[in-house]
Amino acid sequence: MDELLNAAQQVQDERPPFRPGDLIRVHERLTEAGRREGRVQVFEGVVLKKSGRGSSAMFTVRKISSGIGVERTFPLHSPKIAKIEVVKEGRVRRARPYYLRRRRDVH
Amino acid sequence: MSALGILGRKLGMIQFFDEEGRALAATVIEASPSVVVQVKRAERDGYNAIQLGWGEQKESRLTKPLAGHFKRAEVAPRRVLREFRVPDPEQFKPGQELGVELFAAGEEIVVSGRSRGKGFQGVMKRHGFAGGPKSHGSNFRRRPGSIGTIRGTGRVFKGQRMAGRTGNERITIKGIKVLKVDPERRLIVVRGAVPGAKGGVLELRKAHGEG
Repeated sequence: MDELLNAAQQVQDERPPFRPGDLIRVHERLTEAGRREGRVQVFEGVVLKKSGRGSSAMFTVRKISSGIGVERTFPLHSPKIAKIEVVKEGRVRRARPYYLRRRRDVH
Repeated sequence: MSALGILGRKLGMIQFFDEEGRALAATVIEASPSVVVQVKRAERDGYNAIQLGWGEQKESRLTKPLAGHFKRAEVAPRRVLREFRVPDPEQFKPGQELGVELFAAGEEIVVSGRSRGKGFQGVMKRHGFAGGPKSHGSNFRRRPGSIGTIRGTGRVFKGQRMAGRTGNERITIKGIKVLKVDPERRLIVVRGAVPGAKGGVLELRKAHGEG
């Protein structure tokens, strides 16, 4: 039963394996009002957590933007995410490295 | 009136992305082929319909009359038998199979199933009564209130909504949108929820009278 259920999930195969603590670049397709083809925006930061499985899997990325910490959570398999690049593998020893929030230099 | 359709099994719910990238709640239904077991005609049976069988059943679990019913149709025994009204029964013959190809993505269909049994429930859950205040000395938290008059009629009307067995009833939902049809795996993905528990048998019908 679960096998068939999993078969129905829309999972993007080209998502690279990445782990919490890695520095990644998320390429997000944006559709703006009045324009048909949207542009691609890049959000680069450290992976704070991954959660869920199947097509509902999510991940959270944190970056410091003009001195302010910004966290964004994306659906891993959303068609709006054009590409994910792993810039640098991180060295963290927990699944949810929230302690990074207390650091100024997250990268 | 019920229209042409097929039988299936609820597998569970997932998240489904549409073309715009929105995540929709969706239910996955597995529909191994339904097979025509009997064709009913107005002249003989009083109405036009096809009887579909679905799922496997051991020969030994059948009563003799049922075994004969399947034998006459020359189909293997099935677990579930359901009728679907059709205007043109001549199109069908016993042994014919119907699958998920009957439906296309974007179509709105009608889904029937048996809801989960919830046991003996109070009036708030069963009928959506408001109940009373939860605090401030309330001794009237989930109670139904008055159920009638003493002076006027001296009795409680028939059909007065009260606590009792809830769920485990036939529920039909119209206008369920098909998101995806996968003929290879015999799966249908529909938007939103459908009645019943995982593994429950569902009837999927065309939205309008004829097939």
